[in-house]
Amino acid sequence: MGRRVLITGLGAFWGGHMARALEADPSVDVIVGIDTDDPSVQLERTEFVRCDDSYSILARLVRATQVDTVVHAGLVVNSALMPDRRLHEKNVIGTMNLLAALGADQSRVTNLVVKSSALVYGASMEDPTWFREETPRSRPPRTRMEKSLLEAEDYIRTFAEEFSSVKVAVLRFANVLGEDLVTLFSRALSLPLAPTIAGYDPQLQFVEQDDVVRAMEFCIRHELEGVYNVAGDGRLPWSEVRAIAGHPPLYISPVMTEMAAAALRRAGLITLPREALDLLRYGRGIDNRKLKRAGFEYRHTSAGAVRHFVETRRLRRVVGAQPAYRYEGDVESFFRRSPAVVHQPSP
Amino acid sequence: MPAGPGARYVVHVTGRVEQGTPGALLPLRRPPAPPPDERLSDVDEWGRSEAARARLRRLFGPVYRNWFRAEWEGMEKIPASGGALLVANHAGAIPADAPVIMHGIEEELGRPVYGLADYLFRSMPVVGTAWARGGGVPAHPDNAYRLLREQQQLALVFPEGTKGTGKLVTQRYQLRRFGRGGFVEIAMRAGVPVVPIVVVGSEEAMPILAKSAAAARILGVPYVPLTANMLLFGPLGLVAYFPAKFKLRVLDPVYFDVPPDQERYRRSRVFDEAEAIRQAMQTNLYDMLRKRRSVWFG
Repeated sequence: MGRRVLITGLGAFWGGHMARALEADPSVDVIVGIDTDDPSVQLERTEFVRCDDSYSILARLVRATQVDTVVHAGLVVNSALMPDRRLHEKNVIGTMNLLAALGADQSRVTNLVVKSSALVYGASMEDPTWFREETPRSRPPRTRMEKSLLEAEDYIRTFAEEFSSVKVAVLRFANVLGEDLVTLFSRALSLPLAPTIAGYDPQLQFVEQDDVVRAMEFCIRHELEGVYNVAGDGRLPWSEVRAIAGHPPLYISPVMTEMAAAALRRAGLITLPREALDLLRYGRGIDNRKLKRAGFEYRHTSAGAVRHFVETRRLRRVVGAQPAYRYEGDVESFFRRSPAVVHQPSP
Repeated sequence: MPAGPGARYVVHVTGRVEQGTPGALLPLRRPPAPPPDERLSDVDEWGRSEAARARLRRLFGPVYRNWFRAEWEGMEKIPASGGALLVANHAGAIPADAPVIMHGIEEELGRPVYGLADYLFRSMPVVGTAWARGGGVPAHPDNAYRLLREQQQLALVFPEGTKGTGKLVTQRYQLRRFGRGGFVEIAMRAGVPVVPIVVVGSEEAMPILAKSAAAARILGVPYVPLTANMLLFGPLGLVAYFPAKFKLRVLDPVYFDVPPDQERYRRSRVFDEAEAIRQAMQTNLYDMLRKRRSVWFG
């Protein structure tokens, strides 16, 4: 019998791409995805279930579908996307409900893969150049974003200790760059001027979006357990990132940065929240060798990810992007279930 | 038809056919290998740039030679390859010993020296970036381990920290406490020797006459000094060093007969080793001071 997978956050970028990657795997029998929003990528056989922000129907869903693997891709890591309160609801309460459902008596779940973020390490002046998975953060979190991720990871850690029968893998991703993805840095690099804190040239690390999906797939396939950093090799200064993208800097004052940034944010010039400002001051590096030792191979380095992102965007500007996909429940249900549809094995 | 570098024939529009070198093989079409990391700058993972470092050396060279007239003794004791933790005494309000040591070794041995220092540098705009490009690394145990054990580099550390640089001129050349001996533990874990270096001259290059604890508290820095240089040159005294003669002596490397990569080492052993190194450095400092005839001419 093949695997039965549940994906949270199907409507967001990662859930959708994860589902698509798993659809190509014949050993996966069933893929169920939940989210508050419609899926944003076209899916062949994934079942979509709409839910509320805190995933309150999960227990019922886990029981009914008898899934054995859960991909928790629903953690929000970009605080520019939603207000703090909703962020807390989604990350903390959502994770809590998910874990409660997985720990219920009727649950058959044996594997849990969580997409977390390197934001849990923070960014401060006391940081080591490279964070290993076990390195503690240097300073307590200040933003709701980081707090919510740390709380969610805390719940997951306790869950892993309590249920030793479930293999739990937590993947902490560096800043992701990808042509279809909106992240803090893809936004920052899409503006004509790249926001820069005057006098600082931090060393940043990136990971390409395909490497992210591949890393999660790798984790599911090899049933990894534990915490893993996922990031491209090497770090590069922000000035170099700007040079690759060909953007001149937009200087933000090094003192009272928060106020200056707030003004620029209101003027619509930048979208950088506080945790991104810390990053633009101190940078962050996470040691990716644990996942490599497990056998994973990256396709892109940090610098390669930036280059790839910039080049793809240049190409898009000329040939145009593919039309965005829109989910229509009736249409999807027709293609999946109507006797009129002849199902052919995909080439 | 465009003829690339791999084409064997070039067909001209006139119909003339030119044959390429017979026997020259067409390059094999390989699947695209992961491209080499194309970079626009040479900034390494530590934030160091060899180009920036070379520029700094060109700038600092005349100061090193003509102002401080640095003179080394026992430079050959510094390993030409493999990791080593260089340990030195620290002095002067804005210490000149770090650039002097780094410059001297890099010029002489042709290998980079990473200067481990207080992370406070990182928080300063411009200074922090310049410091990192010039070979400064925040003194975090993880950083030291990676530099020494995994990359087998030379790392320079001042165990006295700001207690060394913040002392008054009346206490010159009296070594402060060597932290908590962390440097010994790092060297043990990394399996590298400690190479002590004693410096004479740094105290007199920028001596501290008085300190303001209140100002330091307000500014959030370890000390706010009043230096003799400031009295003489005003604000320019922040960068104007006195031309004290720099003499440096490299002591015998200290090898620890313990297995590397241990979780922890016996505290008493670490303390004893740190104290022994401190004693040796203090003795050598006194010896050099005894032989010094003049602060300015050595």
